[in-house]
Order: sequence, then C-alpha cells, then structure tokens
Amino acid sequence: MNDATEVDVKTYADTMAKALGLPLTAEYAPQVEANLAVAFRLVQLVLDFPLPDEAEPAPVFAAQGNQA
Amino acid sequence: MKDWTQEPAHSIADAVRSGQVTARLVAEQHLAAIARRNDLLKAYTDITASRALARADAIDAVRAQGQPLPPLAGVPFAVKNLFDVDGLVTRAGSKINRDHAPSQQDATLVTRLEAAGAVLLGALNMGEYAYDFTGRNAHDGNSLNPHDTARMTGGSSGGSGGAAAAGLAAITLGSDTNGSIRVPASLCGLFGLKPSYGGLSRAGTFPFIASLDHVGPLARSVKDLALAYDAMRGADPLDPVCTAGTAAPVTPPLDAGIKGLRIARAGGYFTRMGEPKAFAAVDLVARALGAEGSVEFPEAHRARAAAFIITMIEGSALHHDRIRARPADFDPEVRDRLIAGAMLPGDWYVKAQKFRRWFQAEALKLFAETDLILAPATPTSAPLVDQQTFVLDGQTLPVRPNLGIFTQPISFIGLPVVTVPVWPEQGMPIGVQIIAAPGQEALALRAAHWLENQRIVHAKQAS
Repeated sequence: MNDATEVDVKTYADTMAKALGLPLTAEYAPQVEANLAVAFRLVQLVLDFPLPDEAEPAPVFAAQGNQA
Repeated sequence: MKDWTQEPAHSIADAVRSGQVTARLVAEQHLAAIARRNDLLKAYTDITASRALARADAIDAVRAQGQPLPPLAGVPFAVKNLFDVDGLVTRAGSKINRDHAPSQQDATLVTRLEAAGAVLLGALNMGEYAYDFTGRNAHDGNSLNPHDTARMTGGSSGGSGGAAAAGLAAITLGSDTNGSIRVPASLCGLFGLKPSYGGLSRAGTFPFIASLDHVGPLARSVKDLALAYDAMRGADPLDPVCTAGTAAPVTPPLDAGIKGLRIARAGGYFTRMGEPKAFAAVDLVARALGAEGSVEFPEAHRARAAAFIITMIEGSALHHDRIRARPADFDPEVRDRLIAGAMLPGDWYVKAQKFRRWFQAEALKLFAETDLILAPATPTSAPLVDQQTFVLDGQTLPVRPNLGIFTQPISFIGLPVVTVPVWPEQGMPIGVQIIAAPGQEALALRAAHWLENQRIVHAKQAS
C-alpha cells in the first residue's frame, strides 16, 4: 500500500479530502497529488527500516516539565 | 565619508565604542541603503526606522556620559519576519497572519541582541510559513540575490540572506528547520550559524515544525556570528526546548586555531546528488583543514526522508484550520504541500520519530573519533529565481524541496553547523557545512574563523 508505484494518489487524495474536509479543488489537485507521490516514495525509506517495538521516539515527555 | 554598510559588525561596534563613529550615523547609512535597494531586493518587509534611530541615539548618549558600551554597540541587525517585534504584525511570510494584532513585545532574541547594544532595523522577507528553500514569496515578492538579482537568495530565510549580503544589516536572524539558515548562507555567500537544537531561544517566533525548529544568525564574518551567539545564548523559560543552560562563550576561543581538531569529510550520501562545484568547495575546505579521512552518517538518505515526512505532517497540523478555511490565501507552493501533508497516516510520523532517535545515536558515535565533519551545504549555487527544476546525478528534480538535501539530515538530529562561503574563480558562491557535536558550536566557529583568516572562505558584500 505504501509503494508509490502501487498507490493511486488521485483516488487517495479524493477520498482523504472528502473524509477530512480538505479543500481539494481541480486547481490544487495536480500539485497535491504530486506532493503525495513524493511522500509515498520517501516514507518507504522510513517504513522499510527495521526497528524493535521498544524503540523510543525522539521527543521525550518530562512529567516535571522542561525546566529552563 | 566612510561607508559603514561595508563593514562587519565587530568593526562597527569597535568604532562606535571608541567614538570613531556614532551609532546614529551607522543607522542612518543603513536606512539610506535600504531605501535605495530594497525595492529591487525585497529583503525587508518592515522597517523600524524611528525605533532604530532612537536606539542609536540612546547608545550615543551612554557613550557621551563616558560609560562603557556593550559588545554589539550600534550594530544594525534585522530579523526574519517570524520574530515578534513590538508594534509589528508577525506575518511569518504569510497573508493570513497579517490579520493578527501587532505584537506587544519583542522575541527573546531581539531583546537579547538589543541588550548587547545592537540596533534593530526591521523585519525581513521569508518563504511563507518557512516551508521553503527558495526565498520566493507570492505575497511580498521574491527576495533576490544581491550578487545576481536574476537568482534566488535561497530560503526560507531569504530576506536574511539578501539583507546581510547587500549590507542592509550587519547581522540578520533566521530560522532553520531543515536548512533555512544554511541554504541562504550558501546561496548568498555568507557565514551562517545553525546552533544545536534548543541552543537559542525560539520564544516569540512563529513556529513551523516544533520538533525541528532552530534559530540563529547570518553575517559577513565569523566573529560576528560568535558575538551574536554569545549575546543571545542562555536558557529561556519561555521556550521548552531551550533548557540546556548557558554553555561557555564561543567568542574567546575563536582565535585558538585548528591545531588538535580532528576533522573529516562526510562520505556516502554527502558525495552524491550535487553539482561538481558543491564537492569542489568541500575539497578546498578539507584540504585547507587537513581533513584527509571521511566518516559516514549511516542511512542519511532515510534521515532526510524522515525529516521530510515529519515536516509534512507537523506543518499540516499547525495549519489545520487555516488550510481548510482560507486555502486561497496561501502561497500556492506552500498550500499544496500542506494539503497533502494533512492526508498522511499518523504511524508514518511515529516511525519517523523513532528512526530519528536511532539515527541520532549512530551519528553521535562519529564524534568519538572526530570533532568536525565537512559536507556541502547545497547541491548547487543559486538557481535562477523562477527555476523549477535542476539536474542532479542525471535526475531532473524540483528545486524547491531538493535545495535542502544536504542540510536536512543534519538539522534532523539538531547538530550545530557553521556554513562557510566558498567563491569559485567565476560565478556564484556556494557553502560548506562544518558540523560539530551537540553543544560544540565553539569548535565549528574556530575552524570557520581560521579558514576566514586564511582567505580560504570569505563573505563578499554585493555592491
């Protein structure tokens, strides 16, 4: 599903725009779809990289707040 | 009469402190230069002339009383228009934010620079909401490169690059989320400092990507970067990531030279997808610094991809309401990226943030064996203003997202970088990144200062 060559970005964009209330006009659509295609291509590099379930995301919440 | 717009900040401050020139004359000369050139260059969007002259007069009055003056006395500076300036609307390069009320106070860094004696001249043009590497802006006009006005400044801190390169300010402040200080520094032939993530306060700036946003100075000399950084550094309770406390000042060790510094080139990813001049610039700097070996940031291409995805999703989250309510009021080049970003799955974001921690841990290992790492700042020198594509390694790629391919993996993990300008025998300048471990801004500045003293790198003021 995340392979840009397999994703129909036009259908994806139309569906998501309807579901999320996004303004996808005929004028905007070509560049939105082009940007989606780039995102689908690039994210594959992230999703393909194996990390353990325990991998911690970079931002870390501090219960006491961030003290300057 | 001497033209003080040609002088670097530290020379101006020395002259003001010694009484060789008044702060008022320096400010007046800069304001006159802005009046002459800004219609063409579109560097400034707001000019705070009366504030500047009042501030300059106050500095001159302190000197007249025989009291000592601070390190940046009389130095004209200006800030990207995402910094709050008391009395100005913080437009952040947008049309929409102009509906906001004017700021009631200055951003922390504006306050700190003024406390060090600097004189604010105004606010600078930028790519809309900082989502940009070109310096183009559909609302305020494109900021143009003073060294060749047919070419772009780079962005998103485009006005920050244009103003410093043209002598319309001695020091400018920009922001850098994925490269927006380093790209205009490279394209405009300037020195730029992107500090460590959290190294300088972002309080009072309009955000872009909270988990990646940095702020820092651009200038025509390394010493000016150091003086500005020292004036601005220090924790700020108003910025939750600027908590590291006060590191040692970077100006005193500036002349320590490069002896003992372990310097390497970045291999792999950073040796591809650029024009020959980008790599020739790194060769020149590496030879001068005696950097013979290379190190590799592992999986740097994935780091760039992860930063790209985080940027799309966080950016779209920030503009969630605006993109739905007022899409026609966005710069089209920004709007279409934000709409696409709003459609991306949440698991992509989390995966990217997990990869970020992995990449950080691997990258930090490199600093066990080296102090500084050299890499190109941009894949090419300044493209033409309206240029949409360029060819890198045989691939035709869009300019706008790809000017930052060498900067993006580095800011992704918050490493401090000084960009230094190399001037080929002919043509436009191009920058080299000097990358240090977190908190080691002083080492990168030392090497940059040494290169400047050897005339390997230098900033050239556009006439």
